[in-house]
Amino acid sequence: MTATKTIPVPGRRGGRGPLAAFGLHAGLLAATAVALFPPLWLLVTSFKPKSESFSTALVNDFTLDNYTHVVADTYFLTWLGNSLVVVVGTTLIGVFIAATTGYAISRFRFPGMRPLMWVLLVTQMFPMAVLIVPLYNTMASLGLLNQPVGLIITYLTVAVPFCAWMMKGFFDTVPVDIDESGRVDGLTPFGTFWRLVLPLARPGLAVTGFYTFVTAWAEVAYATAFMTGEENLTLAGGLQTFVNRYGSDWGSMTAAAVIVAVPAAVVFGFAQRHLVAGLTAGATKS
Amino acid sequence: MAVETTSRPARVDADAEGGARVHRRGTGRKSGETGRLRRAAAHHWYAWAMVAPVVVVIGVIIGYPLVRGVYLSLTDADEANVERTIGVNHLPATYRFTGLDNYAEILGDSVFWDRLGWTVVWTAGCVGVTFALGLTLAVMLNRQVRGRSFYRIGMIVPWGIPAFVSVFAWKMLFNEKNGLLNKVLDGGGIDAVPWLGDPVWAKVAVIAVNVWLGVPFMIVAMLGALQGIPGELYEAAEMDGAGPWQRFRNITLPGVRGVSSTVVLLSTIWTFNMFPVIYLLTRGGPEDSTEILVTYAFRLSFINSPRDFATSAAWGVLILVLLSLFTVVYRRALRRQGEVW
Repeated sequence: MTATKTIPVPGRRGGRGPLAAFGLHAGLLAATAVALFPPLWLLVTSFKPKSESFSTALVNDFTLDNYTHVVADTYFLTWLGNSLVVVVGTTLIGVFIAATTGYAISRFRFPGMRPLMWVLLVTQMFPMAVLIVPLYNTMASLGLLNQPVGLIITYLTVAVPFCAWMMKGFFDTVPVDIDESGRVDGLTPFGTFWRLVLPLARPGLAVTGFYTFVTAWAEVAYATAFMTGEENLTLAGGLQTFVNRYGSDWGSMTAAAVIVAVPAAVVFGFAQRHLVAGLTAGATKS
Repeated sequence: MAVETTSRPARVDADAEGGARVHRRGTGRKSGETGRLRRAAAHHWYAWAMVAPVVVVIGVIIGYPLVRGVYLSLTDADEANVERTIGVNHLPATYRFTGLDNYAEILGDSVFWDRLGWTVVWTAGCVGVTFALGLTLAVMLNRQVRGRSFYRIGMIVPWGIPAFVSVFAWKMLFNEKNGLLNKVLDGGGIDAVPWLGDPVWAKVAVIAVNVWLGVPFMIVAMLGALQGIPGELYEAAEMDGAGPWQRFRNITLPGVRGVSSTVVLLSTIWTFNMFPVIYLLTRGGPEDSTEILVTYAFRLSFINSPRDFATSAAWGVLILVLLSLFTVVYRRALRRQGEVW
């Protein structure tokens, strides 16, 4: 971060002097290095024996011990399973209801639309601190603590408002003619939505799916509060147990972190282009 | 604020629509009105059906808890007196209504004001640095530069990794005795820095990590904004002899203002409520020095023993009030500058 401050930014727009070009590349390189280094170091450390977690060297004795230990001897797979149930549930339900909502506010002028859009915006700024205590007590009385269902419902409220906005942006880019021709051919509004428009908005579905996935995959506060007992934790809670005040197992932590980060990074890699379009179409223009 | 609308948008607007039509047509007959309402329902039912799940989810999970949270904040509820089940025994709630006692206690105590002060510094620091860095890097990326997509993807990577994983990576780098950062400093002959053990350094550390996490989003948003500025403006300015700095000030900055105002508002709200960075990196320590309002409210009800639900709820309500105030003031300021938003 410090390096980027020293960049002599503006060169001339057409040709720029060699010094300016050097500065530009140096700055961009430094920023990229700062961005990439922590996750890369995590990856490197995960291949070192436990005793060398903190050595500054790159890998001396390459080993997969950390991975086998994490997978075989800890609750990691259970946490992964819990996380997957929560994430898949949230993503499927979330994308579906965000899509129907986005379609409705993109295509129909119906009573209640404006307040709904307003509520969708406002809920995005809700601090979890206001809701977490009453939600906790409600979940407790419904017996939903330590149940994936409880987390799924909670995450829906986090992800859906934003996703509905993004989906609206995507549906706005699908020509209305398509809806009209569907109606002329005798499809119901739901039929038009399901058979014609939804397939065309597939990139939007990918983006909202990704966003929901990441939200649920990476949430910490609710997951920490609602899930207790080692076998009930999700990954966000489980990883904390490797490095806590009683001891630090950095080897296991890094291996687990890599296994957690890779799927998210891969999904992100596919989605990022659309994500950018979605953000600019939906959220920032709202 | 949202209480009113979350649970009843459909009803409110059914009324509004009825009213509007009466007004337009000038008919006031009751039977005609219900007929129209019915027709409106027949006409709009599929739109309502499509939004119904979201309305239900928001109403149940945000509307109801919000009302209950406000109510809890006016009681003395804690772990020992809320409704609970121990084994086969079901114990009813025994907490009492105490009015504004919790608020009086919180506002009369320096803890709240200390935390608020640091939260403001934390938010302003994070958003300011993130915005400056994001804009700078976006401007650099927006030029014709070789390897542009490599740089762009490289810089966006932190966004694709779950925040809690990145925070652990940083926690490892920050380790006082063995962390890489201190070893590098040691190699340069500088004494080890107690990154997470000293109140001041811990503050620097949490801000640095949050900036690192936030810059990618900022770059992407600002790149989008920059690409919306017509290139002719720059050419014309160059013809008129404007220097690089003048072009930046008079074309780039006004050009990105619309997007920036939204993005700054969003990231202010996100940072204000940023839980995982502080909770996972320092747990609010050392000695509460990095505890922001949100993590403190969490600690009151989920870490401290006995769990103090009422006070935590009151902190939550205060946080919401602060954020709402900020949003209103911010929007008004924007509107005064002629921003349509």
